[in-house]
Amino acid sequence: MHNKTITELAKSLRTKEISSVELTQHYLTRIKQYSELNSYISVTERQALAAAKIADEQLQKTDAPLLTGIPIAQKDIFCTEGIKTSCGSKMLDNFIAPYNATVVEKFNQSGAVMLGKLNMDEFAMGSSNETSFYGTVKNPWDNNTVAGGSSGGSAAAVAARLAVATTGTDTGGSIRQPASFCGITGLKPTYGRVSRYGMIAYASSLDQGGVMTRSAEDAAILLQTMAGFDEKDSTSAQEVVPNYSENINQSLKGLKIGLPKEFFSEDLEADIAATILNAVEEYKKLGAEVKEVSMPMLKYAIPAYYVIASAECSANLSRLDGVRYGHRCENPKNLDDLYTRSRGEAFGAEVKRRILMGTYALSAGYYDAYYIKAQKIRRLISEDFKRTLTEVDVLMGPVAPSTAFGIGEKTNDPIQMYLADIYTIAINLAGLPAMSVPAGFVENKPVGLQIIGNYFKEAQLLNVANQYQKVTDWHKKTPEGF
Amino acid sequence: MSLLADDIKKIAHLARVGINDENMAAYAHDLSNLLGLMTQMGELDTEGVKPMAHPLDLEQRLRPDTIIETNQREKFQTLTPHTEKGLYLVPKVID
Repeated sequence: MHNKTITELAKSLRTKEISSVELTQHYLTRIKQYSELNSYISVTERQALAAAKIADEQLQKTDAPLLTGIPIAQKDIFCTEGIKTSCGSKMLDNFIAPYNATVVEKFNQSGAVMLGKLNMDEFAMGSSNETSFYGTVKNPWDNNTVAGGSSGGSAAAVAARLAVATTGTDTGGSIRQPASFCGITGLKPTYGRVSRYGMIAYASSLDQGGVMTRSAEDAAILLQTMAGFDEKDSTSAQEVVPNYSENINQSLKGLKIGLPKEFFSEDLEADIAATILNAVEEYKKLGAEVKEVSMPMLKYAIPAYYVIASAECSANLSRLDGVRYGHRCENPKNLDDLYTRSRGEAFGAEVKRRILMGTYALSAGYYDAYYIKAQKIRRLISEDFKRTLTEVDVLMGPVAPSTAFGIGEKTNDPIQMYLADIYTIAINLAGLPAMSVPAGFVENKPVGLQIIGNYFKEAQLLNVANQYQKVTDWHKKTPEGF
Repeated sequence: MSLLADDIKKIAHLARVGINDENMAAYAHDLSNLLGLMTQMGELDTEGVKPMAHPLDLEQRLRPDTIIETNQREKFQTLTPHTEKGLYLVPKVID
């Protein structure tokens, strides 16, 4: 049952082969059975079963939306009314959101059943899920390796079949990298495509919500529910949302694929490069034309990203002050002590590092040298992409320079962790949509192919991914024991 | 560029983030390394480039000044740990 696609499950629910309550119970049992993965922060069993019961009633009607009764789970960065929304932090361990994020609201309206809230790096700052206050998520393919981050819980839950599909957010690769590490399909839409209302902000000009699924076909269904203009988000795009599922069966004959040569430098492990080039060969068989392109500004993406993201995070997290909600220290001596100790006690080391870095980059005397400089480089990177995407339709390359690394392997060296974001962060600086699609294995660990598209061309990206998944079965592989 | 423990102390104060004295040196080390990474940006001539704050060329939307939310004091009070007689309790912070 847990290996069926959303379309197949929707059919089973309608033919009464299974009820939503039974399906939900099935997943709740699996979540308990595989709790050692640590993919969930909160399991909302009571609410899930109540929602499933309502879904079963809705399914009696002919016009029930496709997702009615389908069990999904939300990254714990999306506010859920009456349910703990921790963002992976001790700071919000006691925070019960008084309202729903637009994304959560949309899934509720569509009849989907929420199983719970998924583990993540603290405030989405991390690339391995090791910065979570609730502990590391284990990779279902190898329990000694990380699931990736920051949406590590979301990726592990889909890979281990502990939810049909999940949501994630991507500020610098946080959907694509864990999707690659866990062998699932992840889509980060164009900035502004999915509402950020109620999605706890890390770096507001980079954050974007997206989907984590087992296939491009499922991703199209989920994105259809999530995407669209939201007047509650001042940066929401007013672009028309096409029918994604209807557009994923187009021929790829004549599709122009660009391979940025900077993505295939010596930093990339040879086996991964070979896996990616094999996938590109499949695309050639499907009729695509491939050419090498160059984007010389990419090498400045890491410093520019970490200045901008840290600066925005230091501003965004200043609201967490121990006064209105969140963690508050005991017996503060004065207002300064209340702020300083509450924040000092509740933020983890990585969050503190980024707040300090951002504060420094924004402080008098350094603002131009770091923050403005990074913003200028951001424009040059963005122009590199815009120019290249007039020559080709999509860009392809690796998601990460390695497969899932060992738990604890990079925790003592933040720079090494940052450098591993090399292939994903530039896309966030430009605001483009991109996917990670399972493309093979290196030493039994999944490798993701990254596909980058033009602004608001998610339909094309999903089609490009789906055509590949029709002729390969990497996305159907399941980790042993699940 | 290298930062010392004293620099971290100043930045931590600006950010109002408590850092234990024994960890100051470690933060100084990590942040110095990070700044080293960031100096790479200096290689690139960006004279005349307009800073980019945001990926989309959006205009700030305006909406009519009408009431869209009502006061939800009672609901919010059930979510906060310290309340009394309809008031939010905060610690005494004025000496």
